[in-house]
Amino acid sequence: MGKVLMKGNEAVAEAAVLGGCRYFFGYPITPQNEIPEYLAKRLPEVGGTFLQAESEISAINMVFGAAGSGARVMTSSSGPGISLKQEGISYIAGAELPCVIVNMVRGGPGLGNIGPAQSDYFQATKGGGHGDYRLIVLGPASVQELVDLTIEAFEMADRYRNPVMILGDGILGQMMEPVEFKVKEIMSGPEKPWATTGAKGRTRNLITSLYIVPEDLEEHCRKLKEKYDGIAAVEKRHESYFAEDAEIVLAAYGTTARICKAVVDQAREEGIRAGLIRPVSLWPFPDEPYFKAADYADAFLAVEMSNGQMVEDVRLSVNGKKPVHFLGRTGGIVPTKAEIYADVKKIAAGGVR
Amino acid sequence: MAVKKVFTKPASMTDKTMHFCPGCTHGIIQRLVAEVIDELGIREDTIAVGPVGCAVFCYDYWDVDFQQASHGRAPAVATGVKRVHPDKVVFSLQGDGDIAAIGTTEIVHAAARGEQISCLFVNNSIYGMTGGQMAPTTIVGQKTTTTPDGRDSSRAGYPVKLTEMLAVLDGVTYSARVSVHSPANVVKAKKVIKKAFEIQMKGEGFAIVEILSTCPTNWGLSPVDSIKWLEDNVLPYFPIGEFKTPGEVSS
Repeated sequence: MGKVLMKGNEAVAEAAVLGGCRYFFGYPITPQNEIPEYLAKRLPEVGGTFLQAESEISAINMVFGAAGSGARVMTSSSGPGISLKQEGISYIAGAELPCVIVNMVRGGPGLGNIGPAQSDYFQATKGGGHGDYRLIVLGPASVQELVDLTIEAFEMADRYRNPVMILGDGILGQMMEPVEFKVKEIMSGPEKPWATTGAKGRTRNLITSLYIVPEDLEEHCRKLKEKYDGIAAVEKRHESYFAEDAEIVLAAYGTTARICKAVVDQAREEGIRAGLIRPVSLWPFPDEPYFKAADYADAFLAVEMSNGQMVEDVRLSVNGKKPVHFLGRTGGIVPTKAEIYADVKKIAAGGVR
Repeated sequence: MAVKKVFTKPASMTDKTMHFCPGCTHGIIQRLVAEVIDELGIREDTIAVGPVGCAVFCYDYWDVDFQQASHGRAPAVATGVKRVHPDKVVFSLQGDGDIAAIGTTEIVHAAARGEQISCLFVNNSIYGMTGGQMAPTTIVGQKTTTTPDGRDSSRAGYPVKLTEMLAVLDGVTYSARVSVHSPANVVKAKKVIKKAFEIQMKGEGFAIVEILSTCPTNWGLSPVDSIKWLEDNVLPYFPIGEFKTPGEVSS
């Protein structure tokens, strides 16, 4: 099969099926409704189960139960719905259960609006729920990457027994692009001897995040940290676009990164050596490319659909070596190529901050 | 002459010493569940889902596969488990705060969907684990740390009769309330718990069993006085009985 034209939300749903997802629990919220709608039709065709839960809270706890029972399972939502899932996500991380969570981010805070945004970055990458835990967070920038990363997310979730979040946005979910499904056969997960399946001929399995004895909880948290350190050592991903000799390095992920590529092209045409370092994994954050670029670049410009969230990770990576500027739009407004380029020109002229 | 053993620990129970306060009837309830699992021969086919609250450590006592849910969400977790393993016996145990306050949504909708699970609900009319605050089932006039002058219905409303509420849902096959404050009631409670499990095993649908329990520590009464208080105050408000049985259709 060659390429097919698909909407981002439907593509992510089909990718989940190919990735071996057999269970989906979710609650409707714009702009991601095509994911549950697609899976309501599709999952029964492959012997799977789609269940529309009574709330996002219930949905994430159904995910807990199914993941603990050994299944490949997914939920999806947006902004306010993802906020409601945070307690459950903390329990899932604490009990080390594999699952995939899709957030097609919309404008916040509060009810905000249904426009595209990147303002859930802190929530996704810095914890979101209570306690010391990490999600693996992937930030696709095209429908094709949405497909590829969703399939891979199921593998990563099982490999690390950890929840993986796909952090998209309203544009990515709603736009149509040609995609190729490179996975030809529906995947299946590994054996899960730890799952609750009925204690037939073995000692019982216990899925829990409760460690009432302080020393036991500290040991659990130490093991989690060891796992997160291991993930950070091998799973950092980025794309470099003309960044190797850039005097100005743009930093952007997802939809915003696509606009920044066009900005880089225009800058290069007009004699400004601009480049882009696009994080693909948002946690773990690819810090090294920025740190290295700080040796030769004059300045950085982080562009986000937020008031400035990922820019903090760029600043940590650059570690004070060079100035890191920021351009953000909020409210569901997408930064234009023209306004980003205007900032690039000012920085090139040494005029911004 | 060899001594004949007539009473022993159920095989579905571990050797762990229970943590419950003296006189609390939680331990009786957990033992009854283990006896039922033994009698039905389903220890290796059962997956239990536990609550947050006084019964939070029940995974230490039942020797079955187990998932520890967050506060109020056991029916949602049990739904996820049962959908993956429809051939297993899946049951949850929750207290009154867990099931009738913070988790009202989850129990109502698991019931409305007719999930093939058995939900056990221990009602001791108070928050035990957190130190005696008002529960959704605290009796009007009952003193708790957050109703120091007794529950005043004009300000704190009325106890939730969850089991009666669920009985009106078409998704519910079995709804019953029992108590464990006397030997006769313990025997009756076990029969009802067993029935709930059998309904699931026959694929007949969702069952809710509410079990009245004492809380001498937080009621501030001796174990004996607690039983008297339950008879005088809890039973009149929360009557024992079956509210819906298999085959009945909600009107």
